[in-house]
Amino acid sequence: MAADRGLFRPQLVFSADAPASESARTAPVSPDQAARFRELMLPHLDAAYNLARYLARDPVAAEDIVQDAFLRAFRGFHTFAGGNAKAWLFAIVRNGFLDWRKTSPRNDLGEEFLEGASADHDHPEAILVREGEAKALRETLANLPEPFRETLVLRELEELSYKEISHLTGAPIGTVMSRLARARAMLGALMFSNQGRGLEAAP
Amino acid sequence: MTACEDRTLQLQALIDGELDAANSLATEAHIAGCPGCAEELARLEAMRASLRAPGLAYAAPSDLRERIDWALAAETAPARRASTRPSRTRPWLSALAGAAVAASLTLLIAAPQLATVRLEDQLVSSHVRSLLADHLTDVATSNEHVVKPWFNGKIDFAPPVVELADQGFPLAGGRLDYVGDAVTPAIVYHRRLHTINLFVRRAGAFSSLTGVMSRRDGYSLVRWTQGGLEFWAVSDISPADLESFRRAFVGSIAAPQR
Repeated sequence: MAADRGLFRPQLVFSADAPASESARTAPVSPDQAARFRELMLPHLDAAYNLARYLARDPVAAEDIVQDAFLRAFRGFHTFAGGNAKAWLFAIVRNGFLDWRKTSPRNDLGEEFLEGASADHDHPEAILVREGEAKALRETLANLPEPFRETLVLRELEELSYKEISHLTGAPIGTVMSRLARARAMLGALMFSNQGRGLEAAP
Repeated sequence: MTACEDRTLQLQALIDGELDAANSLATEAHIAGCPGCAEELARLEAMRASLRAPGLAYAAPSDLRERIDWALAAETAPARRASTRPSRTRPWLSALAGAAVAASLTLLIAAPQLATVRLEDQLVSSHVRSLLADHLTDVATSNEHVVKPWFNGKIDFAPPVVELADQGFPLAGGRLDYVGDAVTPAIVYHRRLHTINLFVRRAGAFSSLTGVMSRRDGYSLVRWTQGGLEFWAVSDISPADLESFRRAFVGSIAAPQR
């Protein structure tokens, strides 16, 4: 387990099955199609924003990514082959995020979790004491390394199945499972290091 | 007490509902006799409860929702607002587009609190977008005789383009934008380091003749009608500056040409 520490630095890859980023502006979408798009996709706006927000960790960028994703989705709606609309939209959001990250290198900050968690940042425990539980947990979650954060958000917050996560992220199911286990272990280590001070969740 | 290491993934799969019936039963049977795994399962469930508590998932800001709504409307064929099915012929489309503009302008009178606010938001976000996306001008020139013909054939009316450099508002260029379901020309001016977007639309039959001056998210907007056209100037300069821009612009159209 410890052997892969330094080398194991998984990278997110672009999602397949999403319309290309530069889909040409074609003829205006017909009102019928537009109505169907709204019906299918707009209910997932919050979920799309949530995903973009946890990926980008920047509220402004998340809004841009989501707005752009909806436009891409709208223009590429003819390529939507039915099935899970939320997962299809997520693929576009993810790709938009990866495009955005390419243009802003500083957004790889925070990937040093394993080495630097307790270094000179505010220790999560300090945050827990200072802030509300949800806010502290958001920050803790945001500090997980990218692939683990993504997998955990997709599974726990967005309730995608292993298969859907695997398809979306391009990682085999086995990898999804081990990422999830590792994400939970990391988050647990942070959350429960504070046990007894009120973080214990009442089910 | 710790969980059995070889059961970690199984416990995860159990709470994630990814095990088939036989494996679920087997895992549950194991947990019943293994305090370490039972504890681990309880820990996973507690974590799930925390993660699904309200306040963890982010909700989209309402203005994002509105912006997407507008963007989709702009991408949709203009007949979206009409209740009848759209005809494919061009005159019909523009008639319907006209009807949509007239309808929205009727709203402008009937429910200024609603329609104007929506339009103003849209103009401001259009202005902001033009600055953010580095797509301020499609045709960048301070020559009014270049900007004006550039609009020809792209829109079905001729927006007046005048140079106002001598009054402190140099012309920067022109751009096409989407506002309220329609392609809308924006004429771009500078004021020192600031930018003014002047949106021009055909004034509908029911268009209000009153001027509007308002502030929104730190931006100033001023609206006026002149020569059958409706003008909206948007900028981050002060309302007073924007008002003098309006006067300069109105004055130089009214008294052509230097």
